[in-house]
Amino acid sequence: MKKIRCALIGPGNIGTDLLYKLLRSEVLEPVWMVGIDPASEGLTRARDLGLRTSDQGVEGLLPFLAEDDIRIAFDSTSAYAHAANAAALQAHGVLMIDLTPAALGPYCVPPVNLGEQIGKRVGNVNMVTCGGQATIPMVAAVSRVQAVEYGEIIATVSSRSVGPGTRKNIDEFTRTTARAVEQIGRAARGKAIIIVNPAEPPLIMRDTVHCLTVDTPHQAAITESVHRMIEEVQAYVPGYRLKNGPVFEGRRVSIFLEVEGLGDFLPKYAGNLDIMTAAAARTAELFAREMQQGRWQAPARAVVEAA
Amino acid sequence: MNAAKAPALPAGGIIVHDMSLRDGMHPKRHQISVEQMKSIATGLDQAGVPLIEVTHGDGLGGASVNYGFPAASDEDYLRAVIPLMRQAKVSALLIPGIGTVDDLRMAADCGISTIRVATHCTEADVAEQHIVLGRKMELDTVGFLMMAHMAEPAKILEQARLMVSYGANCIYATDSAGYMLPQDVTARIGILREGLDASIELGFHGHHNLAMGIANSVAAIAAGATRIDCACGGMGAGAGNTPLEVFIAVCERMGIATGVDLFKVMDVAEDLVTPILDFPVRIDRNALTLGYAGAYSSFLLFAKRASAKYGVPARDILVEMGRRKTVGGQEDMIEDVALDLARAIAA
Repeated sequence: MKKIRCALIGPGNIGTDLLYKLLRSEVLEPVWMVGIDPASEGLTRARDLGLRTSDQGVEGLLPFLAEDDIRIAFDSTSAYAHAANAAALQAHGVLMIDLTPAALGPYCVPPVNLGEQIGKRVGNVNMVTCGGQATIPMVAAVSRVQAVEYGEIIATVSSRSVGPGTRKNIDEFTRTTARAVEQIGRAARGKAIIIVNPAEPPLIMRDTVHCLTVDTPHQAAITESVHRMIEEVQAYVPGYRLKNGPVFEGRRVSIFLEVEGLGDFLPKYAGNLDIMTAAAARTAELFAREMQQGRWQAPARAVVEAA
Repeated sequence: MNAAKAPALPAGGIIVHDMSLRDGMHPKRHQISVEQMKSIATGLDQAGVPLIEVTHGDGLGGASVNYGFPAASDEDYLRAVIPLMRQAKVSALLIPGIGTVDDLRMAADCGISTIRVATHCTEADVAEQHIVLGRKMELDTVGFLMMAHMAEPAKILEQARLMVSYGANCIYATDSAGYMLPQDVTARIGILREGLDASIELGFHGHHNLAMGIANSVAAIAAGATRIDCACGGMGAGAGNTPLEVFIAVCERMGIATGVDLFKVMDVAEDLVTPILDFPVRIDRNALTLGYAGAYSSFLLFAKRASAKYGVPARDILVEMGRRKTVGGQEDMIEDVALDLARAIAA
């Protein structure tokens, strides 16, 4: 079946790593890479890999959307730039996969709620944060067994894997992740903590998930659910591992995770970045299959403008 | 160029900044009651302590499974203490990644004079939005470089310059692990004094894990620091911070003005702080291990609890935390390390 053609907005580390993943996809075909800096190494690399490129931002892509049949665009620029990028591309019926913290569309954590997005005529889905992608499946693994009163996640990432955008607005990480722990993880209350560790050699991303259940935890059912969810994430992030736990103490359930990246473009320790690009590719593939079957429709124009 | 709200520097002297109601929250598992806070803060105010920190031990927003839920919220503590102060000003600690600018706005609304924005000593740029806001709200805005033993002096200066560029009017070299020796303090405060504008105040925050709290603070003053963190009654994580009453006595002997009444502050330590302790805060083998291994002082009680639960010596856990180069806030790794060590013993 014909692959669904895609564009990548933002030729930085994330966009480049994502490009490598898309080049392996059986249902997606990356066609365009768009940036704003003619000297960008990412654009040069994309050209070398056979993509069409523009250094004129999304404006440079718009004239070619129809002739190149671009159906999906990934945005790894910034929350600020995303609003304009999304408005321009969604107006042409392009599905946006948002890797910025803008979160104009619904949060998407593939093994938890990707299925729900299908058939809803969403035109824009947001990939939350790296910490959210790594931990929300575990909060959901507990909350699908029994009610979770409070979910807390601690993401520890290597200093080298945290870019200037995240550093400039670290509160956005904690706020967005906490909100998604509630909305997607289904904890009544969520909290997120991020710790940047400069150790050399860089440490692999570590995540801890603490849930407080409303009633005494059903240990066997939660343990089984956690192991099943680990496998579901491993389907697209092979280096996603349960290091320790689940540990139970009173109403507390604690889960200790490690996320090693595939090392496509980013180093393996940057599992936090890998899980974002892997989740974005996973999400796009599911939509692409719907498109191949003729089942996906862009939202009505009015919805785009409201966004 | 002190921010308007900073306490005045005594002529020929320094500002002592009391930690017993913030760092002292660690040995109390964040369970100091509002009434205890009010009585200790009032005693410190009457003794002439110019600046008192009141926050969860891990700063604003620290209430969590990971660090412990406190007896009362940051807002409840601040609103209870601040109106009682006749001369003392009140500060709050904020660690980006844990607390947010929303917490900072709340604390400013409660009437804090000083915000201390703390990062690991190599990660100052995560503090930009908080320091910028503190300065914009005309707070005395302090950049607090934690675990300063883990970076070379030149790196500390580079990171301090970032914080100053965001608007910090005071920079701390923070010995969170109680690992530093006086020459380490001299090197760090010295390079900051040489490299930063004279209008930028410098501070030192010590832990007493190697019994160096007083000696390190004296070295910091000699190298140009004018703010020294101390905790009344020797409260604080690990073996406690530099004990306030001891430091005041030493300053009197050295002719360094602090504005603090020695006997009054001794009485606060003896009559108000000591009675609320759950155990003597002292250099036991685990606290000593923190200083020796260079591990974050607030790991102490977490390691003791994990030790009791998993049958692994707390000392081994702390040594491993140091070996893994963990930084402030990585309390979650203690249970993880304990599980790994327990498995290694069983194997």
